Amino acid sequence: MIKHKIYKQFTAFIRKEFYHVFRDRKTLLIMFVLPVVQILLFGFALTNEVKNARLLIVNPTENAVSGQIISKIKASKYFTVTNVAHNTTDMESYFKSGNIQCALIFPSGFNTTSLKNNTIQIITDGTDPNFSKTVTNYLNAIIGEYLQERSMLQQVPLQINSEVRMLYNPEMNGSMVFIPGVIALIMMIVCCTLTAVAIVREKEFGSMEVLLVSPLKPILVLVAKALPYLVLSIINLIVILLMSRFALGVPIRGSLLLLFAESILFIITCLAFGLVISNSTNSQSAAMLISMMGMLLPTLLFTGFLFPLENMPIGFQWFANIVPARWYFLIVNDVMIKGLSFSGVWKETLVLIGMSVTLLSISMLKFKTRLQ
Amino acid sequence: MNNNIVIHAHDLTKKFGNFTAVDHISFEVGTGEIFGFLGANGAGKTTAMRMLCGLSHPTSGEASVAGYNVYKQQEQIKKNIGYMSQKFSLYEDLTIVENIQFYGGIYGVKPKEIKERTQILLKKLNIENQAKSLVGSLPLGWKQKLAFSVAIFHEPKIVFLDEPTSGVDPITRRQFWELIYEAGNQGITVFVTTHYMDEAEYCNRISLMVDGKIAAMDTPANLKQQHSADNMGDVFYALARGAKRSE
Repeated sequence: MIKHKIYKQFTAFIRKEFYHVFRDRKTLLIMFVLPVVQILLFGFALTNEVKNARLLIVNPTENAVSGQIISKIKASKYFTVTNVAHNTTDMESYFKSGNIQCALIFPSGFNTTSLKNNTIQIITDGTDPNFSKTVTNYLNAIIGEYLQERSMLQQVPLQINSEVRMLYNPEMNGSMVFIPGVIALIMMIVCCTLTAVAIVREKEFGSMEVLLVSPLKPILVLVAKALPYLVLSIINLIVILLMSRFALGVPIRGSLLLLFAESILFIITCLAFGLVISNSTNSQSAAMLISMMGMLLPTLLFTGFLFPLENMPIGFQWFANIVPARWYFLIVNDVMIKGLSFSGVWKETLVLIGMSVTLLSISMLKFKTRLQ
Repeated sequence: MNNNIVIHAHDLTKKFGNFTAVDHISFEVGTGEIFGFLGANGAGKTTAMRMLCGLSHPTSGEASVAGYNVYKQQEQIKKNIGYMSQKFSLYEDLTIVENIQFYGGIYGVKPKEIKERTQILLKKLNIENQAKSLVGSLPLGWKQKLAFSVAIFHEPKIVFLDEPTSGVDPITRRQFWELIYEAGNQGITVFVTTHYMDEAEYCNRISLMVDGKIAAMDTPANLKQQHSADNMGDVFYALARGAKRSE
């Protein structure tokens, strides 16, 4: 009978929360438009892959070999051959005007049978070192591939080949790095920020007093505030996974169930953090600021999906360990991309559980003392 | 009346560090009484009220509300009281009916009763046509009347009103007090804090707090007589003049 009554109170509260969410355009925007935009942004726009690099080919002596190499380059999606010239006179002005980003120069009298005149020159715009390196590697790879094909036909006696395999991501799909990071980021925004703001709003309006005077158990107030965001986050997760699978071609190799379980754990961590924030502030703007600085920034910087953690000073690496998103990022990466099972991620899971329990305890303690 | 005491306080005290917000106050309120709780800002009204509502633990002293101890039976107290604060009236992004359903719901009123009482309430306040409009679109006076009706929707024994009419025009205030009288006639005890001295005259009995202590407590008529004043404003001025705390 008593349980029944609590259930009734609870549903009344939950219904009210959903009214709040669905009538606030800003919340809806953050909740449903932001994830889509972020996925598209990280998936298509913000990528460190090089595609369609503008290439000049200087080919003074046309022959079969240079022709085959050029057609191989033209066929790759990495390059757009903007110009083909017979000499290098205009090259520098092309570089300066930005018409081209790299150049491939065959020597005059190019032939593959003599030791002379067999060096192909690669020139790139060094103002962007990353880009230059990538482009050089691509061109070398294409030439190497061509050589290999040729030597297979001619049976040259001594040869060493290196065979490269990119494990888990053979097609070098850049989205694979971003998706786990973006999921972590979105969960953080939705769960942490929105929950914190939703609770602080009640404080700011003074309705929290009214709720605390009611027979609702205080803990029920917190749970009821957080639950709608948990549900919406799960819906969000489904949308993100569908988009990354079908729009960006990122596979889900591990167990979907495990991925969901781990995600829910992370969502709870975020909610708990949101609760802690809401208990320590009294204005919506402060709650917003704290969750942005305290959660979003570290999530962006210290999860390792934008900047590799291994390259950071040891202090930062140490700090990264207390950012929940870092662990979740590892888990999603392991489960989604590498296809590991629970035995591969139990350590990270344990860390997240520890964080959730700590944060929840802190928020409960704070909530109680506020009542005294 | 003495047999029907619903609020009882004896030497009730609340300290915040060295600061004594409420200093050994004692009073009793009977069933159906409209009890005015007056005092300048910072006199300790709100703190006293919070202790009675179970929002704050007293430092010392005794108090019971609706027969339940404020130390040990806060849960029971909460079930038997209604509360309306000055700052918050209702959720602005919910409609009138949704607000009523929410408060009915968290106070455990049965769905069937919520429906019936909602109809009666809408008719009484003459807002049947606005039932589905958002509360945010209503004039302040309507909101306050609605908020009061919602605060007693679950038929509590006592309703606590924390400066319920601040910022409301005199006509609406008058109508608001008619609602309060009606609740009193139904046997609901009304515990109200106010700044308006004309409102103080409407109360059956008032207590006036100065610096955390109760400086005077009687019917408005007796208080006026004791201080040979024409109105409550003069009484208030005579008593509160000596206050050391002020904003």
